[in-house]
Amino acid sequence: MEALIALVIGVLTAGGVFLALRGQTFPVVLGLTLLSYAVNLFLFVMGRLAIGVPPVIRDAATAYTDPLPQALVLTAIVISFGMTAFVIVLSLKARSELGNDHVDGLHHDEAHRR
Amino acid sequence: MSSFAHLPILPVVLPLFTGIVLLVLRSKALAWQRGISLFATLALIPLAITLTQTAGDGTHLVYALGNWAAPYGIVLVVDRLAAWMLLTTSLLAVFALLYAIRGGDTEGRHFHVLFQLQLFGLNGAFLTGDLFNLFVFFEILLLASYGLLLHGGGRNRVKAGLHFVVINLVGSTLFLFAVGTLYGVTGTLNMADLAVKLAQVPPENVALVQTAGLLLFAVFALKAALLPFYLWLPAAYAHTSAPVAALFAIMTKVGAYSILRVYSLMFGEAAGPVSGLLDAWLAPLALGTLAMGVFGVLASTSLRQQIAYLMVASIGSLLLAFGLGTVDSVAAGLYYLPHSTFSAAAFFLLADAISRARGPLADRLESGPVMPGARTLGGLFFLVAIAIVGLPPLSGFLGKFMLLKAATELPLMPWVWGGVLATGFASMVALARSGSLLFYRTHSAHETSEQITPTYFALTPVAGLLLLILGLVIWAGPLSDYATATAAQLLSPQHYIEAVLGTTP
Repeated sequence: MEALIALVIGVLTAGGVFLALRGQTFPVVLGLTLLSYAVNLFLFVMGRLAIGVPPVIRDAATAYTDPLPQALVLTAIVISFGMTAFVIVLSLKARSELGNDHVDGLHHDEAHRR
Repeated sequence: MSSFAHLPILPVVLPLFTGIVLLVLRSKALAWQRGISLFATLALIPLAITLTQTAGDGTHLVYALGNWAAPYGIVLVVDRLAAWMLLTTSLLAVFALLYAIRGGDTEGRHFHVLFQLQLFGLNGAFLTGDLFNLFVFFEILLLASYGLLLHGGGRNRVKAGLHFVVINLVGSTLFLFAVGTLYGVTGTLNMADLAVKLAQVPPENVALVQTAGLLLFAVFALKAALLPFYLWLPAAYAHTSAPVAALFAIMTKVGAYSILRVYSLMFGEAAGPVSGLLDAWLAPLALGTLAMGVFGVLASTSLRQQIAYLMVASIGSLLLAFGLGTVDSVAAGLYYLPHSTFSAAAFFLLADAISRARGPLADRLESGPVMPGARTLGGLFFLVAIAIVGLPPLSGFLGKFMLLKAATELPLMPWVWGGVLATGFASMVALARSGSLLFYRTHSAHETSEQITPTYFALTPVAGLLLLILGLVIWAGPLSDYATATAAQLLSPQHYIEAVLGTTP
């Protein structure tokens, strides 16, 4: 299962980096979202993977999973959610101010000539 | 707990509550909002002074949030460095806010709310003793800074803002990757506890810790605008409004602060297998930043762009001082830090007054009409330019002199001397050219109605910041003693660790 999770994080990060380097704002926003998914999974896994064990002290429990990464991930999710909302609104504003959706505010053929 | 024991939390809580109150009062008269915002910002100064005095004798004030003891809970730690940064921030914020009250705060909505939240994030980042909490405060100050950067809107501002936001979001992701790796290896996020755990890291995990440490360095370098990552700064700072650019003079210092804090505490000499992680990186990159900053200063086509590049160069000097890693050099850097913050902020405010006085030509470095109030503006330009380049008698000279003196015995000495002196000379030439272009090579076209005579109210913050720089010179003795004591405290982090963990090893 560790290998599968590592692969998932790797693919998400690779996809996120690729999309974040695109020229249009929409793929960039998607790339940032994928990157935040990847890092949330990564943080979660840093508490080690365990199945069916409680995070909070219980009399019957013999083993525990680390509760702290779950709290960290929760914080990170909230922050990345807010940031994604902000960057979407900013991209829309840039679209209306600059007249196109290129990250440098260039028109399509103008961007190609560069 | 006595009421005094709650002192460390106040610089964090006060701006937060002020921000919330201002948000509730957003429909009230502007005078009220300005008054409350200014009062709360002014109140930070006595707080910061008290904390500086308390921390001045070498004690660490440790404040356990929710009374959860470290390393399980989050702690705020006031030591000399944190108090020094708080004091610099509060003094800067007052003058930036005074300039904004002149009228810039009405260009968009919620300026004062965002301003207070920015202070909330800044103060929190300086005080926290927890790595994940540092990330959270970084996000708070960044989100406020996005709002402030875009304040007023406009084509260039939105374009520069988009780049700034995207690059910082990628930086935040890297920060989380680094924090996660460190947590995965050590099982703790408290910085003092991390310092203990990293010193005992088993050999098979050393490479992992080094990767995480360098990843963290990349994030801080991005915030500080160090060499490969400085390109966002000139565009963002040159296009935002003047009070925001002035406040942002402290933003790059947050990155420099984090580098100094994390690498003196967690990767210092006591860190065993992972010590000296940045030795090979920080000083050369800082020298490169200094050089690229000055090339930018020489090539700039507008005054505010030139100031932004001067800021990149000053970050180069600052991190060079930190990167040399001796007590004297770090002390030189700490003395130089408030100077470079105040002088860059004063210059941004003055550039705004100058571009208003030039009408449609704004701050482009082309010969233009005679400015109204040219004598006052020119005199202030001369003083600020002397300060920022580092000529005597102002404190930039003293800071650079301390840095050069600290470097005499070190192997990097020719590079430091050559770099600092050559870049100082080049920026002096560049500013002499800009000054003569702006004030002397004028054509006698009659003044247009778009040229606004600078009021004394607008120039007071510039003069105030210059007075602070003068204060840095007059009290150079005690202040450099404080800086030396701070550097000594940072380079032997044992006391910090004992104070936070409450143990004596």
